[in-house]
Amino acid sequence: MEARIGKTPAAEASVPMAEQVREFVVRYGVIAITIFLIVFFVATEDTFRKSTTLLSVLKYASVIAIGGLGVTTAMVVGGIDLSIGGVAGMAVTISAMTMVIYNQIGIIAIVAVLISGAFVGLVNAFLIVRLRIPDMLATLAVMFVVQGAKLIFVNGQSVSSGMPLPDGSFAIGHFTPEFLAIDAGFVGPIPMPVMILIVITLAMWVFLTRTRWGRILYAIGANPEATRLAGISVSRYRALAYVVAGLLAAVAGLILSSRIGQGDISAGNSLLLDSVAVALVGMSVMGLNLPNAWGTTLGAILLGTLVTGLTIAAVPYYAQDVVKGLVLVVALIFSFTLSRKKARYVSAV
Amino acid sequence: MDGPATQKAVVSLADVSMAFGTNRVLSGVSMEVFPATVKALIGANGAGKSTLIKILSGVYPEHGGEIRVDGKPVRANSPRLARALGIHTVHQKIADGVIPGLSVAENLVFDNLALPSFGARFSLAKILPRARQIAARLELGWSDEILRRDVFQLGIADQQLLLLARALDQEPRMLILDEPTSALSMAEVERLFDVIRSLRQDGVAVLYVSHHLSEIDTLADSLVVLRDGKIRLEQSRPFGWNDVVRAMLGEQVLDEERTIVEQRGTQVRLALRGVRLHENRPPQDIDFRAGEVTGVIGLLGAGKSELAKGVFGATPFTVGTMTLDGAAFTPRNPGDAVKRGVFLVPEDRSAEALLPGWSIARSVSLPFLSSLAPRGLVRQGAESRRGRWVIDELEVVATGEGHLVDELSGGNQQRVVVGRWLAGKPRVLVLDEPFRGVDIGARAGISHKLRDLAADGAAVIVNSSDVDEILQGCDRILVLVDGVVRSDTYISETTRDQIIERMSEIA
Repeated sequence: MEARIGKTPAAEASVPMAEQVREFVVRYGVIAITIFLIVFFVATEDTFRKSTTLLSVLKYASVIAIGGLGVTTAMVVGGIDLSIGGVAGMAVTISAMTMVIYNQIGIIAIVAVLISGAFVGLVNAFLIVRLRIPDMLATLAVMFVVQGAKLIFVNGQSVSSGMPLPDGSFAIGHFTPEFLAIDAGFVGPIPMPVMILIVITLAMWVFLTRTRWGRILYAIGANPEATRLAGISVSRYRALAYVVAGLLAAVAGLILSSRIGQGDISAGNSLLLDSVAVALVGMSVMGLNLPNAWGTTLGAILLGTLVTGLTIAAVPYYAQDVVKGLVLVVALIFSFTLSRKKARYVSAV
Repeated sequence: MDGPATQKAVVSLADVSMAFGTNRVLSGVSMEVFPATVKALIGANGAGKSTLIKILSGVYPEHGGEIRVDGKPVRANSPRLARALGIHTVHQKIADGVIPGLSVAENLVFDNLALPSFGARFSLAKILPRARQIAARLELGWSDEILRRDVFQLGIADQQLLLLARALDQEPRMLILDEPTSALSMAEVERLFDVIRSLRQDGVAVLYVSHHLSEIDTLADSLVVLRDGKIRLEQSRPFGWNDVVRAMLGEQVLDEERTIVEQRGTQVRLALRGVRLHENRPPQDIDFRAGEVTGVIGLLGAGKSELAKGVFGATPFTVGTMTLDGAAFTPRNPGDAVKRGVFLVPEDRSAEALLPGWSIARSVSLPFLSSLAPRGLVRQGAESRRGRWVIDELEVVATGEGHLVDELSGGNQQRVVVGRWLAGKPRVLVLDEPFRGVDIGARAGISHKLRDLAADGAAVIVNSSDVDEILQGCDRILVLVDGVVRSDTYISETTRDQIIERMSEIA
């Protein structure tokens, strides 16, 4: 009956057409918006055409993307990590303290930062997995603790070379050249942070989609009880996800610290919201409707393009937030409204 | 008032039917509920009880047939209209009725709060007298101090009674009680029964939904058995329990010759010693032998799932020990069991086994990723081969190993879930209600595979509440009643009637 009605040529052509458009938008919507923005800014703004601008977009994107990959990892297991910005900010202070106050070399600062990131990840995991506090609430609390704790270490002051210390002496250390190279260095023509971003995105993509550990993380996000009944220790893998998230936040903090070149106590404050936003935008890339590594990085590039372009066009920063928000809404519409796949965003609150 | 015999039905159903999509859940249900009587509604899971209750209480207004109250057809039923007509329901889930964060008193008078006559001003003092009145109706004996407490400080049983008191305050003409004793202790059940008896005396019609035959035996005047959406049996006192259980489970005349050749295992694979299936019931010793399919049959709540989850370590036994091929076996979690080759096909396929959006190949490989990814990277070729093996071996209807499990039919989903474990060479395979929501073809196919698996030396355990499922595929039958093994026989030594008789013995 229905098939017969559908036989009229017009109806037959029009229904799949709308369906095709929908499918196209769901799959390529975010990519199309990114390309459109780049073309638009290239066409309208002279400054945007320079190759340095493209690289600065990517440099800007690198910190957000790496933080976003941390959020993504937590989202893969059906959770979220709100302590990302706090950990990155803490990384800035810890790296500055290590080098400036304790006069250590850059590599030690890097190790100290990575350890601290992993440690915060473990604390998150303990609260969420063992004490069964909902992920959003636990990481929110940890965010406050981390933000406050770093200020206690430095008496609420930014750390810079030559600053007076409580014992009356002066901080003799400084940001070492190899540490500063994390942000300012190049690998061939490619800036170091962009290189780090490429490597980490690739590594996270392989980890999440090609290894058994990543597979299990996605399984937990899809159905934790079914995963448990497949004989898998769900707690252990959820903990792993938060430790990875903490490590990635620490890496984002390292780049940030190297970029600022001093222990700025306000660093990392805006990173959390940007990271969550790009992870959400990333879900809709290619119509996957799942948190994924390439999507998150593309989301960060979209955000970087937007912010750089709008800044060049002299749009005030507060108006930029409106645009950011609108882009996020559009991406969420792709994922939750237009997509036939049920978008998965679970957070128990 | 006239005696019950001459009275007219308060509520009558005429040819009521209901379908969700193509799935018919009720067809041609006609029955009458009289004042001053308790009518029991019995049926296994999925028989259509809940749907019937929801139709009566106005949740599903769009059904076939007719509901009449006092002989007058009800049009455009809604929860509000049903209540206005005097049909009140106490649902099984207490959380659906009690409002957390409000006091006991507020919960008691809740139905009055929205009335215009209540006025705008609200205070606890204003509602206390009314709350006292409602509580007194059930002789709850709650002091003002208790009435002022947060409702969650009440025990589950008291919350249940609160909901009942609230329904009674509305002066119901028909009261529907859905599994009202599931949260109650023995003493509280007695109290509830007293209330129901006094309601009956006051002329209220009670529709009592339960699968506890003993409760119905003490309380009901008549009963109706529902199976697959149809009324299969109506009885008045005295009840014939054999017929009731038969009607619940299906009356297939089963002498279509048994196709299986009984296999008896000799070697004990899994031995349970002193294991408690229910907290207050005696400990049980049970042996499962390699080379045979053991069917475990019992009604809902008999302890089948506890047995399955205990063996698999999903909910470890609190009391008792197990041995697997003579070696101690104490799985603390499913991972321990999987490592020893003890697998479970859980009862609720979509909640406990399937991963939405996952392909057949991925669903199949999940428990065995460490062997498919020895150095971390999943070997996609091996994974695909395993997916294809399951598709071929269990004859799954799918486009390929990349087919998403959500898009398969129930029967094919179950084939995938069973096939996943077969691919892992089980020593013990437990299947909890493996044939629920599964078409006949898949049932036969899976059953056949289980017999092959046992013939190859595995111990297979099939939990079911369906006699015919058990008879068609098992070698040995354990009848479980209320956490206790009532009988343990090989299939050639028993009959369908004997099994039903054992199951229907009231504990």
